[in-house]
Amino acid sequence: MLKDITIGQYFPGDSPVHKMDPRSKILAVVIYIVALFVCKSFVGYLLILLYLAAAVKISTISPRSLLKGLKPLVFILAFTAILNLFYTFEGNVLVHFWRLTITDAGIVRAILMVVRVMMLVVGTFLLTYTTSPITLTDGLERLLGGLKKIHVPVHELAMMMSIALRFIPTLIEETDKIMSAQKARGADFETGNIFQKAKALLPIMVPLFVSAFRRADELATAMECRCYTGGVGRTKLSPLKWAKRDTIGMAVTVLMLAAVIVLKVFGF
Amino acid sequence: MNPIIEVKGLTHIYSQGTPFERYALDNVDLQVNQGEFMGIIGHTGSGKSTLIQHLNGLLKPTSGTLLFEGKDIWSDKKFTRDVRFQVGLVFQYPEYQLFEETVYKDIAFGPKNMKLSEEEIDRRVREAARFVELSDDVLEMSPFALSGGQKRRVAIAGVIAMEPKVLILDEPTAGLDPKGREQILSNIKNYQTAKKATVIMVSHSMEEIADSVQRLVVVNDAHIVMDGTPSQVFAHAKELEEMGLAVPQVTNIFRRLGELGLPVDTTVYTTKQAVALLSSLKGGASVC
Repeated sequence: MLKDITIGQYFPGDSPVHKMDPRSKILAVVIYIVALFVCKSFVGYLLILLYLAAAVKISTISPRSLLKGLKPLVFILAFTAILNLFYTFEGNVLVHFWRLTITDAGIVRAILMVVRVMMLVVGTFLLTYTTSPITLTDGLERLLGGLKKIHVPVHELAMMMSIALRFIPTLIEETDKIMSAQKARGADFETGNIFQKAKALLPIMVPLFVSAFRRADELATAMECRCYTGGVGRTKLSPLKWAKRDTIGMAVTVLMLAAVIVLKVFGF
Repeated sequence: MNPIIEVKGLTHIYSQGTPFERYALDNVDLQVNQGEFMGIIGHTGSGKSTLIQHLNGLLKPTSGTLLFEGKDIWSDKKFTRDVRFQVGLVFQYPEYQLFEETVYKDIAFGPKNMKLSEEEIDRRVREAARFVELSDDVLEMSPFALSGGQKRRVAIAGVIAMEPKVLILDEPTAGLDPKGREQILSNIKNYQTAKKATVIMVSHSMEEIADSVQRLVVVNDAHIVMDGTPSQVFAHAKELEEMGLAVPQVTNIFRRLGELGLPVDTTVYTTKQAVALLSSLKGGASVC
């Protein structure tokens, strides 16, 4: 049920991937995404898949829990596949009926697109699974630090993000509790048409919003009590440190991207 | 005695198959008898909340069976839903589940889901409001405009209005002042006597438990470790303390008195008993 939502969840661990600096992990994921979009061939995807598999293996996160995160995306994946399947007009026509045509190039593209989206999601999940939200926003704040010079409120944005991430599990738990409480009073969320289902959500949404506002208010008070004034002059409890494993990780990632580009240039 | 709920070999595992896998309940057996007032104690995370959520079919056991009036709760879908009306569960901090525009509508939520007639719903709402001592003008107010204690009583009325045969309350008095606490406890007792209902109460306050219940179940580490009358359970003061629980303060005083060599009964657990005992020691003269 709701407990199965894995987006933004962090699985504590002790692997080298867990211990990597968040900055290098974020950069690696960005490069990984670039590689995914540059790549157009099966050989290239195989290479990126190898990279992903190695990262997953080192992270000791079970592949099954990563794949479980794909469940909510089944609809988008199917949509991507269908769209690419029917709207590719190059290549040899294999089937033609009504106004729809399926070409061999279309099939190849549909498969590649689905694989691309899946790898995209699994790769980013690996980042959030192995990095606690706090370190993640820490890393992001440092990476975007340069933008402060042009008056982008980087610290505030990072703080907002870490608060939002921090409260996802809390709100999920709260929703679960409210749902159980209303179910105990006979609320029915499963049967009925879409309007009845939407109406059945009211007993959950109202208390959830009330408590979210209450929490926000309490948090603001607590922050003020501790004299929070924003990012200026704020130091870190545990400053980020770049280690050897970060250099190695980055080197491997850049090599992977380079290989993908070279493959593309040589037409694979 | 007639069992109304029977729990057999109940095991519940949270997040099975992930690194967070945890046994919340491990092979638990329990019989709840018709009409009794039962208390459940256990420290945070002992599994007691998981246990009570099984009793009305909110959680599905990983293994084991639950019988309500002799029938398996999970035997068919309709019955599971029916059991939720027969076994009313009041969660911890139930005031956070209020959502309607008026107190009346919120209390009517449960009965309405039971598909009762308008008149029956009205009768139940007003009766439930009487049980928790809410006046008629409060019924027309917004639940969000009430005080903490009032909100709590509205939420309890919302469950009582379903007239459940078994009423389960998870720490109904947490976070209330002494007056609010007493009021809620007496409301619950009134409901029990008026409807001859079975009541199960989870609490952290030993005094509260000792004053209310006839039977006490101790949950520790996913197991039921003790089950008996309060005096039987509180006789194991040492074990309870090892579990992070305590005995009522009165019991502690009498245990100490016993250690000092005074000929007193060390299984006293309510102030009433203590007063009676002390006055008999004084030779029958009344205290105060």
